[in-house]
Amino acid sequence: MTVAFFILALLTVAGTAAAMGLRNAVHCVLALTLGFAGVAAIYLQLDAQFVGLTQIMVYVGAVAILAVFAIMMTHSPGPAKPAAYSSYWILGGLVAAAVFAVLAWAIHSDSASLQPEVTVQQIGDALMHHFVLPLEIMGLLLTAALIGAVVIAMDRSEEPK
Amino acid sequence: MNSLQNYLLLSSLLFAIGLAGALTRRNAILVLIGIELMLNAANLNFIAFWRFGLNPSALTGVMFAIFSISVAAAEAAVGLAIILAAYRHSKTTDLDQMNSLKG
Repeated sequence: MTVAFFILALLTVAGTAAAMGLRNAVHCVLALTLGFAGVAAIYLQLDAQFVGLTQIMVYVGAVAILAVFAIMMTHSPGPAKPAAYSSYWILGGLVAAAVFAVLAWAIHSDSASLQPEVTVQQIGDALMHHFVLPLEIMGLLLTAALIGAVVIAMDRSEEPK
Repeated sequence: MNSLQNYLLLSSLLFAIGLAGALTRRNAILVLIGIELMLNAANLNFIAFWRFGLNPSALTGVMFAIFSISVAAAEAAVGLAIILAAYRHSKTTDLDQMNSLKG
């Protein structure tokens, strides 16, 4: 179990670090796909099958594609253009390293480990009974986000017909 | 080091990578991707604490992770739409050049 975890963790960290470190934005998104898939595999390893498959569908399937389309539509600079980093990159890197140091220092506690047995039917039951109000609100939020994204991204420069 | 601590360390490393990207990249799309990475780290924490917690049959961690993934998807769609609108306005996605509010 630990060997599988360390392989997956290495894959995830390598993918996400490449996604934040490479110069070409398209390469960044491709590396990000690897990182998201690694996180999904870690969910599967943690016995959360439904969340793992949702992660693959939403992040690898939708968010990465959206990011690629956004890069295409904004003509982001290719690999030839220098200075992919902001002018405050030393400060930003130091802040991120300090946050990781504090979090790693804070992780101390022990825990009991049970083997949960969760089926998709249980998740559906919980969504339809105990969590039905959050589910409805989530549907409303997704509808509003869909319409809002279309309205914000709409090109108003042309004359309406 | 038990296994929960391994997952928490991985999650905080993911968070730090996302934070570093969000703070240092110049491309607005990659900054948004860094924010998505930080959300992923939080989801990993939810799942890890659910899996190693005292009452995993309550499904709270899984439910929170599912709702969090949905909110992240909505946030990515609206965020990229805002980046497109800002690109149409200022003809760049370089955050160092979007400085018209700078004093």
